[in-house]
Amino acid sequence: MALTRDKLGRFNPDNPMENRVTDIGPRHYWQCFPPVIQKNYGKWDYHEILEPGVLVHVSETGDKAYTVRVGGMRFMTVEYLREICDIADKLADGYVRFTTRNNIEFIVDSLEKVEALKEELGKHKFVSGSYKFPIGGTGAGVTNVVHTQGFIHCHTAAVDASSMVKAIMDGVFEHFTSMELPAQVRISMACCLNMCGAVHCSDIALLGYHRKPPAVDHEVLEKICEIPLAIASCPTAAISPAKTEDGKKSVKIKVERCMFCGNCYTMCPALPLADGEGDCVVLLAGGKLSNRISPPKFSKVVIPYLPNNHPRFPEVVEAVKQVLEAYAKDARKYERLGDWAERIGWEKFFEKCGLPFTEHLIDDYRLAYDTYRTSTQFKYTDAAWAVSKAAEGEE
Amino acid sequence: MAFEPKRPQKKLDYQELRLFTDEELKNYTEEEEKNFKIKHDIPELEQLESGPWPSFVADAKRYALRRRKLGQDNLLINQDVVEDLLGQVELSYVHGETHWKHGGIVGVIGYGGGVIGRYSDVPEQFPGVAHFHTIRVAQVPSKFYDTDFLRGLCDLWEYRGSGLLNMHGSTGDIILLGTFTDQLEPIFQELAQVLDVDLGGSGSNLRTPECCVGKARCQYALYDTQEMCYEMTMHYQDELHRPAFPYKFKFKFDGCPNGCVASIARADLSFIGTWRDDIRIDQDAVQGYINGEFPPGGGSHKGRDWGKFDIYEEVINRCPTGCMSLEGGKLVIDNANCTRCMHCINTMPRALKPGKDTGVSLLFGAKAPILEGAQMSVLVIPFMKAEPPYDNIKEIIDKTFEWWMEEGKNRERLGETIQRVGLQRFCDVLGVPPAPQMVKEPRSNPYIFWKEEDVPGGFKRDINDYRSRHAR
Repeated sequence: MALTRDKLGRFNPDNPMENRVTDIGPRHYWQCFPPVIQKNYGKWDYHEILEPGVLVHVSETGDKAYTVRVGGMRFMTVEYLREICDIADKLADGYVRFTTRNNIEFIVDSLEKVEALKEELGKHKFVSGSYKFPIGGTGAGVTNVVHTQGFIHCHTAAVDASSMVKAIMDGVFEHFTSMELPAQVRISMACCLNMCGAVHCSDIALLGYHRKPPAVDHEVLEKICEIPLAIASCPTAAISPAKTEDGKKSVKIKVERCMFCGNCYTMCPALPLADGEGDCVVLLAGGKLSNRISPPKFSKVVIPYLPNNHPRFPEVVEAVKQVLEAYAKDARKYERLGDWAERIGWEKFFEKCGLPFTEHLIDDYRLAYDTYRTSTQFKYTDAAWAVSKAAEGEE
Repeated sequence: MAFEPKRPQKKLDYQELRLFTDEELKNYTEEEEKNFKIKHDIPELEQLESGPWPSFVADAKRYALRRRKLGQDNLLINQDVVEDLLGQVELSYVHGETHWKHGGIVGVIGYGGGVIGRYSDVPEQFPGVAHFHTIRVAQVPSKFYDTDFLRGLCDLWEYRGSGLLNMHGSTGDIILLGTFTDQLEPIFQELAQVLDVDLGGSGSNLRTPECCVGKARCQYALYDTQEMCYEMTMHYQDELHRPAFPYKFKFKFDGCPNGCVASIARADLSFIGTWRDDIRIDQDAVQGYINGEFPPGGGSHKGRDWGKFDIYEEVINRCPTGCMSLEGGKLVIDNANCTRCMHCINTMPRALKPGKDTGVSLLFGAKAPILEGAQMSVLVIPFMKAEPPYDNIKEIIDKTFEWWMEEGKNRERLGETIQRVGLQRFCDVLGVPPAPQMVKEPRSNPYIFWKEEDVPGGFKRDINDYRSRHAR
């Protein structure tokens, strides 16, 4: 069956149910596997990373599947996807796989095919000079960034996503193509608190955040919003009913209660939070997903504010590198960023990363007490001496 | 049952599917690409064309050129859609604010999800993106593709949409970004009838389930993640397309505790592979690691000289439960005390393998911070066998859905409902007894909600009886 050029395709507006196909689900996976995968499904014995971006999986049958992994862009055009298909058709039997972290994998059955792929992939560059398919993203390095839509498509984004990811990956590119870190470092980016994706359990997470309360569009609020839903949407009860001078039903905001989560805007389009001047980037660190050695953990806010400096976010890139370099220098082999911070103590984390500790970093939401230190076990850093001095506890 | 699709699969052949000729596909030169300027000035975006990482701007620009050369006669939506998108994004950089309007209810007949409406708030300036609706397309479990399908998808999406997409969105779908309302139905039926693929989930319904690479290419897959993901996706098609839930619900299938699809952070119901027998040890291979014959971590740390492999420093002393030792040159594991963190297995993949009696752990309730704060999934069922047709697991899922649809408030994720009502009540719903595995530690407050039937004599109080013993 061919795709059709008819304007309405196979849809007949006069009889919408005609020939209609629904509820068929995804395509089945089996037909999408390269032969070496079909043949050895469930029989894999062990694997080895031969060099950054190149893996071999060895089967009990003796077969070997070689994977060449390249960094891709989550936001792409059909032109880029066709180029991926060209490479797959030419050198990988017409199959390709994408990873959870937006990488692209070509899986073949011999080292010769790996060499051919490496040579081919290196040749693909944009006219502006960027690689199209940089090889890497394996082992103890920085792999691709998972991220959200940003200004490309989202109505709640506080910052753009694709541009920040491009800037960060340019900045830490050498860690994508090498494996010199103590463990893998997973960087994630979400353009607002809704956080499409697992940003909250990443070694380093970047989060777009609003810092001004919603502007109230009194003119239309009554017409386009359910006022009780808008009021109920606020987790801190900052929204209450109000009437405008000309008698329109609306809401008012108790600004000192607002924590800028944006949940009200999700429920009511007449309460926009976006503000180019106020919006910012938050950096969180020390989260992880795997159960290896220590249980999965949340990322913690370590920089409350970085400017939303589109398009290259120099301050964000610098901060990521600062944390990354301190970790690379100090952590033990296999130690994830969060495990390192916990071993040395968060006070040492701030000292070693050269980050100031501000009042914003002390939790004051619902489970705040769980994060307070209830022990005499601490390490001395300048921050502790500053407290002693302020309390006149130092001679 | 293994590997059997639920319906006959179409063999796709791009030569049959295609909309564009080879000449139409290669319709610009590198020289033209170098000299191409889009119709808007985009100095901010153009700063993102340099640097080693793949540039989405360079990609979008060359594609804008391609659309211009294809011409409006070969395209059903505005040929300038990419140029207008770049123009709008440029304006967003200048303002530091997004220019997409809030929401918009659009969709296809009979489905309550799969399409997300999007409109520009500056449509006069950028008419090509006046409508910019998203279509979510169900990905193949674990995201393997043949190029016939992908090329067919490219032709379809170029002809009827913007040609811009995500491979893939955060939940796992293929995301087609940007088309006009009148093309939603035609695209849906071209996908379903020709490309043999359905829409994904959105809104308050089951979202497209997602799984790790699994048995396709990983020795750690402790159950068949693809098969279970596929089966559950097919079994719950109605829940996926027709919203009946308080809010979104996500299944994710991780083959082992390494958690490559992040189920523990993202899924309302996380399936994570585990085992209950002993870690398999190949003592010769252990010696191989000690003697430096194999790289530790499967070569994960090759880039730096970390010195000679030290099994104490790198494995035995790193074991979180201290259940490993070396006795007479042989590695010994006290399996009853192992919590299956996988560190030793990850570090010595040739020597150590998970047990063979495998199943899944079920954890419930992960979510991002909106609204009660981020949550990770909570371990509720430590171990279940996971074999097709997974009836035991479907029963647990059905009980969960039924309870949550009744108990959950509007826009309340399962994890929040469990927290509000109590993990004990959720155990009652599933019909499982409480277990210390479900908590990090027992409660430290004694504020127990005793039930009347728990206490001798019930809750009926008589003040006179009390006063008969105690003066006022």
